[in-house]
Amino acid sequence: MKLEKPPAPAAAGAAALVVGTLSPWATFAGFPGKMSLGGFPGGARLFCLLLAAGALLFLLDVHGRRWAALATSAGAVAVVVVNLVALVDQGGGAGSVAWGACMSLAGAGLLVAAAWRLPPSSPAAGEATPTRAPVIEIAAIAAALLAVLGAVVWGLRIEESSRFVSFLVFVTFLSIAVHHLGVFSWLGAVFARHHRIALLLAGAVAVAFPFTQQGNAYWIRVFASIGVFAVAAIGLNVVVGLAGLLDLGYVAFFGVGAYVGALLSNAALTTSNVHLPFLLVVLLGGCIAAVFGLVIGAPTLRLRGDYLAIVTLGFGEIFRITANNWDGLTRGPNGISGIPDLALGGFDFGQSHAVLGVTLPGFANYYYVELVLICAAIVVFTRLNDSRIGRAWVAIREDEVAAAASGIDTIRLKLLAFAIGAFLAGAAGTVNAHVTTQVSPDSYTFLESILLVAAVVLGGMGTVPGALLGSTALFVIPEKLRSFQDKRLLLFGAALILLMRFRPEGLVPSRRRRRELREEAPEGVPGLAGATGAAPGGPAS
Amino acid sequence: MSLLEVRGVTKRFEGLLAVDSVDLDVEQGDIVGVIGPNGAGKTTLFNCLSGLEVPTGGEIRFRGQALSGRPDRFTRAGVARTFQNIRLFPHMTAFENVLVGRHCRTRVGLASAIGRGRKFHREERESETRADELLDFVGLARLGEVVARNLSYGDQRRLEIARALASDPGLLLLDEPRAGMNAQETRATADLVRRIRDRGVAVAVIEHDMRFIFGLCDRVAVLVQGRKLVEGTPAEVQGDPRVIEAYLGAPAG
Repeated sequence: MKLEKPPAPAAAGAAALVVGTLSPWATFAGFPGKMSLGGFPGGARLFCLLLAAGALLFLLDVHGRRWAALATSAGAVAVVVVNLVALVDQGGGAGSVAWGACMSLAGAGLLVAAAWRLPPSSPAAGEATPTRAPVIEIAAIAAALLAVLGAVVWGLRIEESSRFVSFLVFVTFLSIAVHHLGVFSWLGAVFARHHRIALLLAGAVAVAFPFTQQGNAYWIRVFASIGVFAVAAIGLNVVVGLAGLLDLGYVAFFGVGAYVGALLSNAALTTSNVHLPFLLVVLLGGCIAAVFGLVIGAPTLRLRGDYLAIVTLGFGEIFRITANNWDGLTRGPNGISGIPDLALGGFDFGQSHAVLGVTLPGFANYYYVELVLICAAIVVFTRLNDSRIGRAWVAIREDEVAAAASGIDTIRLKLLAFAIGAFLAGAAGTVNAHVTTQVSPDSYTFLESILLVAAVVLGGMGTVPGALLGSTALFVIPEKLRSFQDKRLLLFGAALILLMRFRPEGLVPSRRRRRELREEAPEGVPGLAGATGAAPGGPAS
Repeated sequence: MSLLEVRGVTKRFEGLLAVDSVDLDVEQGDIVGVIGPNGAGKTTLFNCLSGLEVPTGGEIRFRGQALSGRPDRFTRAGVARTFQNIRLFPHMTAFENVLVGRHCRTRVGLASAIGRGRKFHREERESETRADELLDFVGLARLGEVVARNLSYGDQRRLEIARALASDPGLLLLDEPRAGMNAQETRATADLVRRIRDRGVAVAVIEHDMRFIFGLCDRVAVLVQGRKLVEGTPAEVQGDPRVIEAYLGAPAG
């Protein structure tokens, strides 16, 4: 590859950005991240400096570099702006802004302008992904997964909200840049080629996560809650993503499972004294939720689209209000509390354990239980998706009349989707009862249902990584933005709108979903690899 | 006993009598044409025969058994159909579309699909072989991986036929199979219909193209304002003054 001479504005912009990030951004010492000190990239300045590396793209004519360079430099602008807002807000006026921030902003702005003037990339050298040695490909998978783990651990360690927002901005724009360089579509193809090894490695990374927390329980606890929602999200993905039935009361099935788990666990404050083995309770919770699914579904699944959504919404509310008033069973608004920790054959899930010299807090045990549950849900989801049942669901979603005329018993299959979704939610609910140690009606509101639907849509309908990513993002980000208090839902809503505007198919879409939403890019090439890969070439090409 | 016996089938929409006590028989190995002016009730009749509409009156018997209920029962009993305005699964590939057509002839259930036993793999392989064979039969052998939406119009019609044939029907209902096709494609479609008949599948076909119908069908039924006006061989129907009157109006005076 031949190095190019960068345009003068780009060189000047890059220099200004680097010097600016190494200079003080704040005039007062109170701002987190030692932003008032020069000579090193403290605080959010580090993200800005890393994004400045995107200026190297001016040297190399690689495919997609114009959009990649635009993304990195726009990201740098965004990081500076986020911190300027935080400085002015927390430091008390424009006087708290030091010259370094202004210089960085100017440099990043120059880079944006220079990137804008780059010629559009030459068509991709080889659309077909080059065949590399399997060892390199597997190494790439491992590196990608480690990068994800590293990013998660790094992000979770950041305490201040402004710095976390900067981090999110950094990750988002870096991802966009990397996406435009075609890395994600290549990785998607590689993942599809080695999907067994990839799954194994992903599992290993998930297992490794609690070890990165140095005995600190907080984030393991958050992830233990996420795990439960991830299982429910996969279940909802069967209903919404595969069968195309919008269920706005889905959290009720989760609640049914949670109450079953609570009532059969011998809790301190409860109305029943039955105590069954946990594994049985999980299955029972799932089955009872599935029966509820069938009972709700049988009369309503003849309805379509909006009507079904309204009916399920009504069911969700009925469940919550019933739980709130049936004192004899649910203890009403007080709920059932004092649910004991799980104990399987002498192993107490509430205790922390030292493994390989690292203390794993009690929540790590639940985290691992949920990993097992997630694996089971993934097996159910992917295997059903890739069978005559999954094809029938997709057919119903695409054209219900044609599906029926092709010999599919549409009512029966829709009921099946409903029941499986409810089963997974119910099973997840029983575990959640133990994680939260109490169950009360106010945990199963309409908002929770909406959040689950949002997790599925935002992650990408019809895919497992989408559901996992969606539920993680939806529960970690609000947790991280706590100091924004009332403004965090506003930020969150803005993020959702932006995502739906620029990537309506979700973060990790299924191939079919992409086809539905990107009408302008017909895909007629037989046998394209990359089942869940990112966009080939991107919307700009 | 005929393969399909339609006796006095009537369909009334509010005040409109769309199909008025129509009788129709289709024998094994028949190609039966259904013609008539626009709004004569041809498609409504087909909808009744495939379970998409519930007739207001009358009876439909297939292989001696009365048909009723939802469309999938009709398909499972052996009556498959295509649509006037093509209704494929647009974002599935051609191959997947045909596989969906196999649904009612396969049995893998929840446990087997999750457990992935030998039975599952055997049935999937059988379905795939069958789908390949049918794509080849209708002339789409090389287009299996193409998304249905991206197929040409004629190919979409052929794919719809392949999907219908995947359910192993005894009777195939084709609703305007050559609409939008040029002369050459029309000839290929007529040839395809004959080859379907040669597989032992009876065909009933709605068409406006008279040359297509009279060159292809063994018998032709003429529907006018919901009633069956005439039924007979192409020669009989062509010569019947009532048919000419229905299409062109009565001679003046």
